[in-house]
Amino acid sequence: MLSILKIALRNLARFGRRTLLTSSLITLGIVGVLLFVAVSGSFKSIMIGQFTDSMLGHLEVHRKGYVASIDSLPLNLNMQPAMVGKVEQVLGKMDAVEAYSERIKLGAMFSNFTETTSMRVSGVDPGKETATTPLLPGRLVGEKRAGPLLKSGEVLIPELIARGLKVNVGDTVVLVATNRDGSVNGKTFTVGGVLQSVSGPSGKDGYITIDDARSLLRMKEAEVSEIAIRLKNPAQLDAVYAQLSKELSAIAGGAGGGTGPGSGDKQPTAGKVGGSGGLEVHTWADLSPFSSIVRMIDLLAVFIKVMMVSIVLISVMNVMVMAVYERIREIGTISAIGTPPRRILSLFLTEGLLLGVGGAALGTAISLVAIYALNVWKVSIRFGMQRDAIQLAPAVSATDIATIVAMVIIMALLASLQPAWKASRMDPVTALGHV
Amino acid sequence: MTLIRAEGLVKTYRSGEVEVQAVKGVDFAIEAKSFVSFVGPSGSGKSTLLNMIGCLDHPTGGKLTVVDRDVSTLDRRAAAEFRGKHIGFVFQDFNLIPVLTAYENIEYPLIMVQAWPEKQRREQIMRLLDAVGMGGQANKRPDQISGGQKQRVAVARALATNAQLVLADEPTANLDHDTAYRIIELMKKMRDELGTTFVFSTHDPKIMSEAEVIFTLEDGRMNQHQNSGKAVAAHA
Repeated sequence: MLSILKIALRNLARFGRRTLLTSSLITLGIVGVLLFVAVSGSFKSIMIGQFTDSMLGHLEVHRKGYVASIDSLPLNLNMQPAMVGKVEQVLGKMDAVEAYSERIKLGAMFSNFTETTSMRVSGVDPGKETATTPLLPGRLVGEKRAGPLLKSGEVLIPELIARGLKVNVGDTVVLVATNRDGSVNGKTFTVGGVLQSVSGPSGKDGYITIDDARSLLRMKEAEVSEIAIRLKNPAQLDAVYAQLSKELSAIAGGAGGGTGPGSGDKQPTAGKVGGSGGLEVHTWADLSPFSSIVRMIDLLAVFIKVMMVSIVLISVMNVMVMAVYERIREIGTISAIGTPPRRILSLFLTEGLLLGVGGAALGTAISLVAIYALNVWKVSIRFGMQRDAIQLAPAVSATDIATIVAMVIIMALLASLQPAWKASRMDPVTALGHV
Repeated sequence: MTLIRAEGLVKTYRSGEVEVQAVKGVDFAIEAKSFVSFVGPSGSGKSTLLNMIGCLDHPTGGKLTVVDRDVSTLDRRAAAEFRGKHIGFVFQDFNLIPVLTAYENIEYPLIMVQAWPEKQRREQIMRLLDAVGMGGQANKRPDQISGGQKQRVAVARALATNAQLVLADEPTANLDHDTAYRIIELMKKMRDELGTTFVFSTHDPKIMSEAEVIFTLEDGRMNQHQNSGKAVAAHA
């Protein structure tokens, strides 16, 4: 084997310029893919973090059918207190859950006494909400205040409305909402803060305390529209999702789910939902349009990998076809003196393999240096409606590197297979007579 | 002892509708340790005959026995194995592997064809390099030595595996007369020292006169001449 390796290396060195060119192409392909994976991965994780940590949480629990009609924020699909209690018991026992926050969601009319607009309002417990979405306080524009995120009688309004209706912190405003029975109620609030928008259609989301929300809606019981959950480790999302779906399906039947009109008659249309009976669990990806962008980024990564594989395949095959063609007499000679066909096959396969390994090694080294440089000289990009630029921290995992390097090496071997097979099957008389 | 025996050996090439009979039913026998030459004009069938003896090509008809084995029907793998074990080759264009040194070229069949242990390999190669007068050029690559030196290395490579038979197709065609003569002398010396049978083709009258037995080929038919003044070890 060492002899084959030695001869293969010398043959590659014999056609140094061609070998260098091919290795450079492979190197370029690997650098392109690894840099894309690193940068897009960083962008993805930062953006996912923005959505989960400032708005959605990692998982959400709703009554069945709620998410399917989420545009109208239906109050008749709220969870009843008994069911909320059961869910809290389940969440309390799960080690993977770091925090959770009960919310009441409602649609309201926002008025500054001269102009009116619509607003989506979340009624939350400020402490629990901050623990579940820790980036939420950071979205407050202007001077940061001490103390809780929100006090009773205060409303946090989106920047879009604050600018549009020329409302400032400390101003008095009115929220008008229709309750489940169809009666309208209004309540005055003081603007406690202005929230920077998160990318996506969340430009008109505001916050009040959960007690104020219940008061505005004249709720007799402590109903909840959704429970947002934060995990200790987001990588455990799938496992927690599966466990939670299973646990909730066990309790939902006898916990008061299914009460109220419309319950259970609307099936969820989102992708990944779990649970049965009266409750369902959704991941952040089911609830955010950014998941489509994530899928597009992943698709783009696949496309770039296909391009890299094509580059490797074509360049290595081209070099190996040339190598066989130029060395026909040499192949005839080694065949005539008795070299077994499988050794001739090995010789050419080794040359292809070395091209792949060399290009992959160089490409990986250059990529790691480039990724390090991108972390030293920070790269920032603006996305959507965010005021602050996102600072990328590109990184590539050992698994990503191993996968891409393995792909390149396998492709280099496959590309060498046909020329190597041809060389091993060559008729020695014809080969020796080749001019 | 007869090393090669041919009976009614025929080789026909087909090119489209046209059939060309390169060898037309020849019979001959070559004794072991002999120094034999095939002579004849271009297209007379010399190379075809050498290719069939060397198991590089199959006869179309007749029987061909080499080292007590009927080689007429060997498949590709068996033929390669047989060549690696019993036959050495010397080519008109030397055909050394350009990326290997003289030492490594001789070593090649000992590694890639047979699996000799390193110590034995080294001893064999050094012995052969000395025998062909290339002891001081072991680390030179083919592009660093002359044509005659290349052919010396090629002869050493052919003898590396202790082959019983060395086939040389026009081994002197690309050499000047003096060098050619020295290569033939070297081959004869190796025959004397190692007892290897040498069969070579040539159309140079002076070179052919060095053979002990001369087979003349013309239009695919063969005549045998004993070379007076040379030891004869073959019979028709």
